Amino acid sequence: MADLTTVFAGGIRCPNPFWLASGPPTNCGEQVMRAFDAGWGGAVWKTIGEPIVNVSSRYSSVDWNGQRMMGLNNIELITDRPIETNLREIAEVKKRYPKHAVIASLMVESKRETWHEIVKRSEDAGADGLELNFGCPHGMSERGMGSAVGQVPEYSCMITEWVKEVARTPVLIKLTPNVTDIRSIARAAQRGGADGLSAINTINSITGIDLDTFTPRPNVGGLSSHGGYCGPAVKPIALHLVQQIAEAGLPVSGIGGISGWRDAAEFMLLGCTSVQVCTAAMHYGYRIVEDMIDGLSTWMDEKGFATIEDFRGRALPKITDWKNLDLNYKIVARIDTGKCIGCELCYIACWDGAHQCIHVDGVDGNQITVTPIAKLDSVQNSNGHTPPERIPRVDEAACVGCNLCWLVCPVEGCITMERVDSGKPSESWAQRTGANA
Amino acid sequence: MTAASLPVVRNLEQFPELHPPLDTQAALAEANRCLYCYEAPCTAACPTHIDVPRFIKKIASGNLRGSAWTILDANILGLSCSRVCPVDVLCEGSCVMHSYNQKPIEIGRLQRYAMEDFYRIFEGGFSVAPAGGERKERVACIGGGPASLACAAELRRHGYAVTVFDDRPLPGGLNTYGVAEYKLRPSDSLREVALVAAHGVEFRKAEVGVSVSLDDLDKDYDFLFVGVGLGAMERLGIPGEDRSEVIDALQFIAHYKTSHEVRVGRVVVVLGGGNTALDAANAARRLGAEEVHVFYRRTEKEMPAFPFEYEHAKVEGVQFHWLAQPVEVLDRAVKFVSTRLGAADASGRRKPEPVPGSEFAFVCDMVIPAVGQARLMKLLHETRGIQIQGGLIAVDRPSGQTTNPRYYAGGDCVNGGREVVDAVADGKRAALAIVQSQEARHG
Repeated sequence: MADLTTVFAGGIRCPNPFWLASGPPTNCGEQVMRAFDAGWGGAVWKTIGEPIVNVSSRYSSVDWNGQRMMGLNNIELITDRPIETNLREIAEVKKRYPKHAVIASLMVESKRETWHEIVKRSEDAGADGLELNFGCPHGMSERGMGSAVGQVPEYSCMITEWVKEVARTPVLIKLTPNVTDIRSIARAAQRGGADGLSAINTINSITGIDLDTFTPRPNVGGLSSHGGYCGPAVKPIALHLVQQIAEAGLPVSGIGGISGWRDAAEFMLLGCTSVQVCTAAMHYGYRIVEDMIDGLSTWMDEKGFATIEDFRGRALPKITDWKNLDLNYKIVARIDTGKCIGCELCYIACWDGAHQCIHVDGVDGNQITVTPIAKLDSVQNSNGHTPPERIPRVDEAACVGCNLCWLVCPVEGCITMERVDSGKPSESWAQRTGANA
Repeated sequence: MTAASLPVVRNLEQFPELHPPLDTQAALAEANRCLYCYEAPCTAACPTHIDVPRFIKKIASGNLRGSAWTILDANILGLSCSRVCPVDVLCEGSCVMHSYNQKPIEIGRLQRYAMEDFYRIFEGGFSVAPAGGERKERVACIGGGPASLACAAELRRHGYAVTVFDDRPLPGGLNTYGVAEYKLRPSDSLREVALVAAHGVEFRKAEVGVSVSLDDLDKDYDFLFVGVGLGAMERLGIPGEDRSEVIDALQFIAHYKTSHEVRVGRVVVVLGGGNTALDAANAARRLGAEEVHVFYRRTEKEMPAFPFEYEHAKVEGVQFHWLAQPVEVLDRAVKFVSTRLGAADASGRRKPEPVPGSEFAFVCDMVIPAVGQARLMKLLHETRGIQIQGGLIAVDRPSGQTTNPRYYAGGDCVNGGREVVDAVADGKRAALAIVQSQEARHG
């Protein structure tokens, strides 16, 4: 049985790497305790700071093809509860759940003394670690906090230094993706002495506009404001940014669209020690962690991994610059005619969106069709077999191996991309042009 | 047209709808399930070639009005077709999902969803002007059923002046008078007639050959479209068929749809194995018959009714008797002779042969023959130069043109009695052929 016990940055211990991210699901002690009961290994408390006032109507989402909440957007600010209430509840949670990790997310005005004070108070309450919220992209940034700090390397470094002057527990810096190059902020955090990184925070977004009122969502009395985007839609962006910051060599807690164990495994393969979840828990509740633990453990057992360290970061060496890819690696599309259902989506995709190498010999579109009367007309019942004239064929000599047909095909295993011998030795662009020489 | 002649809408307990409509969420989910096939087989399988993936994706995108017009552009009777089409053997039968071990997309119900939304808006009424302006050519459509309605609407879209002549109190043909109530209500048919009228088609209640002469029509109109259907049911040709307890199936269906007082027997015998026989049998059950017995001279295997109609009739409690042919209608009974199946006949089905000495009487108090509709073409005998073959009007199939170049025909009187959608396809093809013939001549 796989061992999911996690130790983050040497000091944050928890029974598994699944943490609830700082947000609505970690707003109060009662919630965090229920989450721990459900199986979560840790929780990053809803960001603590001077209480704010929130607006009513705070979330909006993007639905896709009948599925709800492919992406979620929020304009909620940090905690609206007094600092002492949050800290008292942290102490209570730690007393009752000593083996689970509670990380205090912090955001205060950019004054050394203020940061010193909140760090000390949080650690005194029993927090196992601190996550500095340099990422919140809405509202707080207008007041010089959140991403207003995280977008400037010098500020990020300076506040990290202030915190490290007094912190006794690991300090994580939560990074905003709303920058040109996230590596510059990661390096700044490293210079400031950070013990770890959390990435990514939410992405600046406007999710949609009401076509009757012309008001973007969420609608707050006829006006809206940009929010922070998260949920399954942002996962590819998050994976890329997590890969980008791996060079800093700091422990990373991965965040961004994680809703199942597969997502978690992918973030870990890119180097993450723990992962954080928010949107999926908001959508379905804390119970989703059960399958995250179960699925990841089963997968690790199948692969022979005893601990997360056995596979963490294994995908990192497999990401390189484009110039190092083999120009002579050749694949072509092959269609399994026994599986093809004749939808011809690959045909039109190749024809309009790719390289015009899939062909359909076609049927006469002008034929007269009448309703067959089964027992009077000689009805050719296809019995679920695709008519041969609807099955496309690939001109392999013209196929560039782009994958588009395989991606659009609705039938599993119908189109496969198969390796063919190009007859040439491996050669990259760098080798061909001497770019690396 | 009096109120008394209006079709009656039955109470929903007696004739509930066979399939409930989709709600918005269900329609959206189903629309999103559609793969959006390219040159889709469902479109090819539809006699009117509705661009099915296009109208379904418009439902998914929230463009319901566009979805409705996608349907109506191909099939002006998109509402009734969405309710009565045998989709299992048409669009849904050809859905690629069958090859993928998945339920086909519910095309019929999605079409109905788009159509009902359209008619909710249409209730307010609007007129549809021809895109290319008015033309001087005049066309008469004889018969007010689906074929004529489709022909008339298509011609109006191209600016032709069209008049529909029908001898019934209300237009719509079998859609108004002949389709089983649980599939299509007369009010739905009349909404479609109203849409055709909104295109600028003129409707006249007149029996051609009686209150208006064919010679006059021939003189007043540039083209004539014949969509007169099949007329009355074929007679049984056996003794006793004039008894008062005998009522033919189409008359029975038309009667219950237009009258509050319908007499139905306690034990009803239906003669025949087609879809109309089963419609009548189901209606008799719902109108209160304790027992309904369908007698067919061949077997279940040869029965021309669709399998799902047969399954439905069994659910309704209709009982079936095979290999029995009526020989005489007695007082409160029908006398049958048992049959056995011999060699295949011209239709490819094995011919029933009476078994000597096997006569038996079946006690009943109502008899509904539904043994095929007579192909009465009295009217067409009067139109010189039009060839009739096997009781049907002979046409050039792609154009619907008869042997008289100014006369076109479609629907049951050409195809021998198929579905509403086939009649619509016939009418539309004829209209487009007329348009093309004029374009070829005048440009």
